[in-house]
Amino acid sequence: MNLNSRIPEGPLAEKWEKHKFNVKLVNPANKRKFDIIVVGTGLAGASAAASLAELGYNVKVFTFHDSPRRAHSIAAQGGINAAKNYQNDGDSVYRLFYDTVKGGDYRSREANVYRLAQVSVNIIDQCVAQGVPFAREYGGLLDNRSFGGAQVSRTFYAKGQTGQQLLIGAYQALSRQVATGKIKLYTRTEMLDLVMIDGHAKGIITRNLITGKIERHAGHAVLLCTGGYGNVFYLSTNAMASNATAAWRAHRKGALFANPCFTQIHPTCIPVSGLYQSKLTLMSESLRNDGRVWVPKTVEDAEKIRKGQIKPTDLPEEARDYYLERRYPSFGNLVPRDVASRNAKYVCDEGRGVGGTGLAVYLDFADAIRRDGKSTIEARYGNLFEMYEKITGDDPYTLPMMIYPAVHYTMGGLWVDYNLMTNIPGLYALGEANFSDHGANRLGASALMQGLADGYFVIPYTMGDYVASLPFKKVDASHPAFDEAEKAVKDGINKLLSIKGTRTVDDFHRELGSIMWEYCGMARNAEGLTKAIGLVQQLRADFWKDVKVNGSAEELNMSLEKANRVADFLELGELMIRDALHREESCGGHFRDEYQTPEGEALRNDEEFSYVAAWEYGGFNGEPTLHKEDLVFENVKLTQRSYK
Amino acid sequence: MNLTLKVWRQKGPADKGGFVTYEMKDINHHMSFLEMMDVLNERLEREGQEPVHFDHDCREGICGSCAMHINGRPHGPSKGTATCQLHMRLFNDGDVITVEPWRAKAFPVVKDLVVDRSAFDRIIQAGGYVSVNTGGVPDANEIPVPKKIADEAFNAATCISCGACVAACKNASAMLFVSAKVSQLALLPQGKVERKNRVERMVAQMDAEGFGNCTNTQACSVECPKEISQDFIAMMNREYIGAKFTSDNV
Amino acid sequence: MSWLTQTFSSSIGRKFLTAITGLFLIFFLVGHVTGNLLLFKPDEGRAFNEYTQFMTGNLGIMIVRYLLYAAILAHVIITVLLGIHNRKARPVGYTKQVPSPHVSWSSRNMGILGTLVLVFIVIHMANFWYSLKWGVVPTVNYAEAGEIKNLYHVVQSSFSELWYTALYVVMMVFLAFHLMHGFQSAFQTLGLRHKKYWPIIRSVGFWFSIIVPFIFALMPLYIYFFRNINH
Repeated sequence: MNLNSRIPEGPLAEKWEKHKFNVKLVNPANKRKFDIIVVGTGLAGASAAASLAELGYNVKVFTFHDSPRRAHSIAAQGGINAAKNYQNDGDSVYRLFYDTVKGGDYRSREANVYRLAQVSVNIIDQCVAQGVPFAREYGGLLDNRSFGGAQVSRTFYAKGQTGQQLLIGAYQALSRQVATGKIKLYTRTEMLDLVMIDGHAKGIITRNLITGKIERHAGHAVLLCTGGYGNVFYLSTNAMASNATAAWRAHRKGALFANPCFTQIHPTCIPVSGLYQSKLTLMSESLRNDGRVWVPKTVEDAEKIRKGQIKPTDLPEEARDYYLERRYPSFGNLVPRDVASRNAKYVCDEGRGVGGTGLAVYLDFADAIRRDGKSTIEARYGNLFEMYEKITGDDPYTLPMMIYPAVHYTMGGLWVDYNLMTNIPGLYALGEANFSDHGANRLGASALMQGLADGYFVIPYTMGDYVASLPFKKVDASHPAFDEAEKAVKDGINKLLSIKGTRTVDDFHRELGSIMWEYCGMARNAEGLTKAIGLVQQLRADFWKDVKVNGSAEELNMSLEKANRVADFLELGELMIRDALHREESCGGHFRDEYQTPEGEALRNDEEFSYVAAWEYGGFNGEPTLHKEDLVFENVKLTQRSYK
Repeated sequence: MNLTLKVWRQKGPADKGGFVTYEMKDINHHMSFLEMMDVLNERLEREGQEPVHFDHDCREGICGSCAMHINGRPHGPSKGTATCQLHMRLFNDGDVITVEPWRAKAFPVVKDLVVDRSAFDRIIQAGGYVSVNTGGVPDANEIPVPKKIADEAFNAATCISCGACVAACKNASAMLFVSAKVSQLALLPQGKVERKNRVERMVAQMDAEGFGNCTNTQACSVECPKEISQDFIAMMNREYIGAKFTSDNV
Repeated sequence: MSWLTQTFSSSIGRKFLTAITGLFLIFFLVGHVTGNLLLFKPDEGRAFNEYTQFMTGNLGIMIVRYLLYAAILAHVIITVLLGIHNRKARPVGYTKQVPSPHVSWSSRNMGILGTLVLVFIVIHMANFWYSLKWGVVPTVNYAEAGEIKNLYHVVQSSFSELWYTALYVVMMVFLAFHLMHGFQSAFQTLGLRHKKYWPIIRSVGFWFSIIVPFIFALMPLYIYFFRNINH
């Protein structure tokens, strides 16, 4: 297979402008002759659906939530980057581009990232015009903050709810089009398969989650805006229902899955407190600006703390190991996400972890409170401290906070070209669902930027290029391809219901999660990964023999919904492991124990692995085929990170 | 700790429904309320029964999915908290906990604790937006917005659309929800352009959905997980009457 | 004019009418309580009777009076309609419901309180207004004013009965609770809420709800204890 990334020719800064001129246009009067299917209503989906409907396309939008506004984009806290340079601190499109490529550890496409940085400025304008209440200065202009260790202040925010405010802006734009009739909205409707006719994406099969009815929807293009797959790990900061089913089923139909092993693990989450834990809660990264990370120096002290014999505050300074400050004197507690996460894992592996489970480290504000006063710290982090206390019952003003890394974002996703089209003509992937812009590691406050860039400012141009070449004929939903896909979906559901085994879906999901976390988490190695492939295969076989799904297919049945999703995670998990095993280097969120510098830092192998690994589905138990898209860096020089 | 749960079970909209009592043993007080429900559900699934259906997703108090009336109050006894952020340490060994769905004509029960809140979406569709298309908008800093106004608009915009206001109101009124959106957009210069039309249409839709009337008990603000203020209801009243008497709509 | 009917059949429009009529009734209470202060004048009711005479004879006052009847009627009809609608908005109620903290008892029970106040108004009107207008009221002759109806006597004889005095006092408690919510609620409904003035409205409303019914309640008590014709 020849992977054509369709990157336009010419200088980096002119590629997008030129491309916009070169793509085919659809006459305004003809747009209404095309039906576009948008799956997912997060930032990417809602913004794409609204923008396409405004242009005149007939859009059908699908969400498994009860309302489009509940998509998980809503939970993003920190902010959204844009190269506005409102702060006069030296930011520019090029700097945002450079930071993103470097932050992604040189595993993303230059052209895509540059375009992302270019349109980032339009996003802010658009959101403000929609009435998004961004934080402002006293003079009435927009406020910015520095985020995730960036050297410039380019992050726009709305307190700790930036995701919510941006999503509601997009949701309102979508709602406006629902009112005009240009968008037909299907809530509580989940996509279960992609329909292809003559190699082109022409529709989807859905399940109405209330009635259980399997329905078919035909269209000229299908946009998957279905988010990431972090829930493969069972415990993650993703919402409970976030899943990979739409993307995975497209993958099974031939869409390539790129860089699946690139997952981001966020260092400051509230630790797991027990087996019943259902999900993890992220605490803003900004906490590391003032908090000091430590664990006891000795395993004995850690043990005493775990058993509750001594309190952390009882431990004298000399018995504490501020390990980040010790190992990284210049960056200290502000090392990048992956470094902070990995080090927390190491100290816990040594038996020096704290908390009931031993899987936690301290984030201590005692020094900051002594230095700046309690009221200053309260003004900075009051709401976060409150949230922490609500969840854990501990008061972070008097006891050090406990944190532990958790899966947060998946950089990998469906392979797309410059137009955001997958290798299947007519099938697009937007936002976290695609792989395109973050390389091996995503910078803070860039997820929101990418979702909205794709939906508002990229897809309205690039989709036309494909659609313009299609005949005006409606896609026929009675085509045998729809019958076939519908039957496959029904068979799959009936299979799940007929197994009537002994183990619950959650039981399988938890086990999959622990395999993934153990062998394909913060640090990976060939031995563990090889073992994990076998474990996942075995688990998958067990699942299809022994899963227990109650109820029927013709009603609201949340066990069945979960079973469908976990079945796909069980396949995707294996692909992630295979990808991690094949990538014999460390980069970004992917750290292989075998490939590190003498100082223990990630060691990239640009000679051999400077490519996008795009996997082709190999059948239920078959081996996937690897396709490579070489990454060419013409504008940035590849360097090794160092935070010493 | 050990608890007794009295949970509303209802097969579907047509079913009459009723309470089912479940004994919960050895509940860890660090659990969240929904994790306790997960424990119950996994047990039910193992026993071959259907789990208790309830809406939930982010479990961080921001998506607005979760909606349980717990021991007589929406989202339970904790202030400024959605159900998903309620923790079991607030309960005591031996407690009897009653769990019901939101009750309102405009929020019909779908199954067990799941209700249909699409009325809220339709209210937003009626006018809860600024009519700008993608592209062609002015620079974000072209119109300065006083910080106070921006902050106030943000406070209104924190609404997560969970419906606790309706659930809490003795009249099942949706005034807090609607007023939060009307106020957010009426406060900002970008939303001022269509403020009259917006409030007229949103209130008309609110009435058509069958919500009750506001009698200013303020229970909605007290139970709102985001503690949205009564100020916004007053603002919407003002906006509405002003719009009705001065707009061009006859 | 469909916009006007639309406005006042909408939820907010109806509440607006409730608030306007309510506020009008509140203003009326001020006038009523001020005038009736004359009952305390130790002149065997002369000032009160002259005031009554003036109030029944003046055309302007008459218009205001009919407005008052209309306001009471409108207030009752609209709130009954709202109440019926509100009941329909929750066809299936909660099995367990705990009042939210900081929500006043009166705000949750305005319907009951309002009904009790209405019952009181009916009794009150039947006793004084009806007898004044259509009943047989003894007259009294004052030098300048001439022969006028002696309503003071009617008042005096009514409040010389313990049960009647007690009924009035109790009813004033209900009125106080009704006002306690109604006063501020009217301002809220009219949208007259501002960070600077809202605390003032609240405290004026609070003291108004206590002082006005208290003075009203003092009247029967004063007569029962100090001007009782049976003692």
